[in-house]
Amino acid sequence: MSLRILVGCKRVIDYAVKIRVKPDKSGVITEGVKHSMNPFDEIAIEEAVRMKEKKIAKEIVAFSCGPTQCQETLRTALAMGADRGIHVEVSGPEYETLQPLHISKMLAKLAKDEQIDLIIVGKQAIDDDCNQTAQMTAALLDWPQATSASKIEAKDGSLQVVREIDGGLETIKVKLPSVVSADLRLNEPRYATLPNIMKAKKKPIKKLAPKDLGVDVSPRIQVVTVEEPPVRQAGAKVENVDAVVEKLKALGHA
Amino acid sequence: MSAINKLSVGIRKFHTTASRLRKYVELTAVRYPLLKRGNFSFLSDRHLGFFQSILSAHQVLTDELNDLSGYNVDWMRSVRGSSRLVLRPKTTEEVAAILQYCNVQNIAICPQGGNTGLVGGSVPVFDEVVLSLELMDEVISVDELSGVTIVQAGCVLEKLETVLHLSNLALPLDLGAKGSCQIGGNVATNAGGIRLLRYGNLHGSVLGLTAVLANGQIMDCLNTNKKDNTGYDLKQLFIGSEGTLGVVTQVALQCQPKPSSVQVGFFGLNSFENVLETLRLSKRNLGEILSSCELIDQSSLECVTKQLELRSPINNFPFYMLLETAGSNAGHDAEKLNSLLEILINNGTIVDGTLAVDSAQAKNLWGLRERISEALACEGYVYKYDVSVPIRQFYQLVDDIRIRLGNLPIRCCGYGHLGDGNLHLNITSHEYNPILLNRIEPFVYDWVGQERGSVSAEHGLGLKKRDYMEYSKSPTAIHWMRRVKKLFDPNNILNPYKIFPEQSSTD
Repeated sequence: MSLRILVGCKRVIDYAVKIRVKPDKSGVITEGVKHSMNPFDEIAIEEAVRMKEKKIAKEIVAFSCGPTQCQETLRTALAMGADRGIHVEVSGPEYETLQPLHISKMLAKLAKDEQIDLIIVGKQAIDDDCNQTAQMTAALLDWPQATSASKIEAKDGSLQVVREIDGGLETIKVKLPSVVSADLRLNEPRYATLPNIMKAKKKPIKKLAPKDLGVDVSPRIQVVTVEEPPVRQAGAKVENVDAVVEKLKALGHA
Repeated sequence: MSAINKLSVGIRKFHTTASRLRKYVELTAVRYPLLKRGNFSFLSDRHLGFFQSILSAHQVLTDELNDLSGYNVDWMRSVRGSSRLVLRPKTTEEVAAILQYCNVQNIAICPQGGNTGLVGGSVPVFDEVVLSLELMDEVISVDELSGVTIVQAGCVLEKLETVLHLSNLALPLDLGAKGSCQIGGNVATNAGGIRLLRYGNLHGSVLGLTAVLANGQIMDCLNTNKKDNTGYDLKQLFIGSEGTLGVVTQVALQCQPKPSSVQVGFFGLNSFENVLETLRLSKRNLGEILSSCELIDQSSLECVTKQLELRSPINNFPFYMLLETAGSNAGHDAEKLNSLLEILINNGTIVDGTLAVDSAQAKNLWGLRERISEALACEGYVYKYDVSVPIRQFYQLVDDIRIRLGNLPIRCCGYGHLGDGNLHLNITSHEYNPILLNRIEPFVYDWVGQERGSVSAEHGLGLKKRDYMEYSKSPTAIHWMRRVKKLFDPNNILNPYKIFPEQSSTD
């Protein structure tokens, strides 16, 4: 097998950052805040690189959509082993209202243009938690999908995927070309080592505009307000069980 | 790795840590038979009655109703006292009342913070009453503009860090024990840590403190001014005094703006010359953004990855370095760091390595350095040496000791704050072995003394290193230290048996 794999890499606010809402409640503060690659997308890239090392894949194309800084995200993907990058530049207000549907349309178009055999994306992004992109991309392409993958095996022109579902683990076989979304236990992403970081600087990143892919990114939604979750009320400690019952009664719970 | 494998790995890890915790610890009085209990009172019901009259029930822990082993045994599980009483004051006034009483009644006191010290200084030697600061854990104030925080001594360092982050401030110190150590203890031991290179030590960043003296007097030195030249700066005496001159109850700390851009790199090098060259160029080319420069040798990395099942990005190098930069502009910092790395890789000084791409990787890379101590403890008994040596000789001591000890230990390894010239030399054996100890000491101290280094760079003297004060301090200095101790604590009730060598008759 020598697949060409397209991997989606989203630039998100780093998981360790304490999110703050802008004073005007129009969104969260992103200026000067540490960003990094969506952890599930790191896992997706890692899986693609492992497939290339096993000679199942022959080329890995990393894709990211967003402002200029997405190039850093792509460089990380390239340092991990992707061969080339595609950056679809969207910034400003249009970036604020970008949705998985827009991304799915871009992925679908690229899949056709670049003759992609397999699309791997993270199962969801840690900022919007949508878990939609893989599914919609597969639908647009009329390709089979295997979401929440925790194990992928290539066998005779198709993929055997173990999926993490609520009831446990489900194993399915999907024909190629297909769309897969990576779950947490699929793999442990490698550290990009210095020789590869240096090599990555020379790998090509193609820059496109959404209209080059025939995708209209004008907003389909309007953000009304963004607010912090309500402040957690302090609890109260009491000395014994009788006091607990009394307190519950006083608060109208018993 | 499948979920099942991860589960069994987790169980294995727990077993290792649990078995370490169950390991029997000998009473200090038995292991060090030459130590003699001072002429202090033995605790009586009358004494207990007094403490119970000034403190609430949960502030007085007796061995009859509570398990006091957590207070009697040190983190390294190398010493065990036999205290029968733990007092947990909540205010400076309560500390004062306790000390005033103990001073009159001649009751020995062992002040205790997070009990993470590595030289047996934080636990009783005999039956000293433990004065735990753990209930005095409030952050009293944080001023974002001046960066000054006033905090009670018993506040856990990590908790203080979390609070400071909310005001975009960062602590001027950071160490592996931060999840358990308390700021009061850090001040009492003049803790160093991994950011000393950038922010200096506590003698500079502590602006003021409140301390209770042995006679119960409250010494208010809680200044918050950056500059104050109005007489002797007495607070400096308490910083690093290891609880022997007074009990610190409040600290005013100068904090720094929280850096918005932190880069962590982990590198493999083939020789110590390459390590020195990397340090030299890092200081020069990274300049003000360099915040940490740590060394890890092959043996240390092998221990931490094996014992704690951690993953290292690179392997099979004799030396590893962890570099951290902290600044206010990610682009500027990344450019400086990348330019430096390009030079060092192109001339072969650094062979391989990685840069953390997100916080998770940064945390894991730091884990490879910060958890070495924990990993070593899993191997059995650790002989721990924390020394300052001239940077050029930083690793020579490890090589020399390794040859000297031959097959006796499990391992000899060296790691530490390269940028500060502070080496952590560690030797492990399955059990405490006095023969091995005699081959290590006084060789290590003689070696360091000859280089005019410090026999305890940051860990302090406590009980276990008290006899070695003479290797790094002159007789005159020691003489005057004793006089200061006598002045502040004439009855020697504050942390007796600690930091000073056994008194010779000529003193």
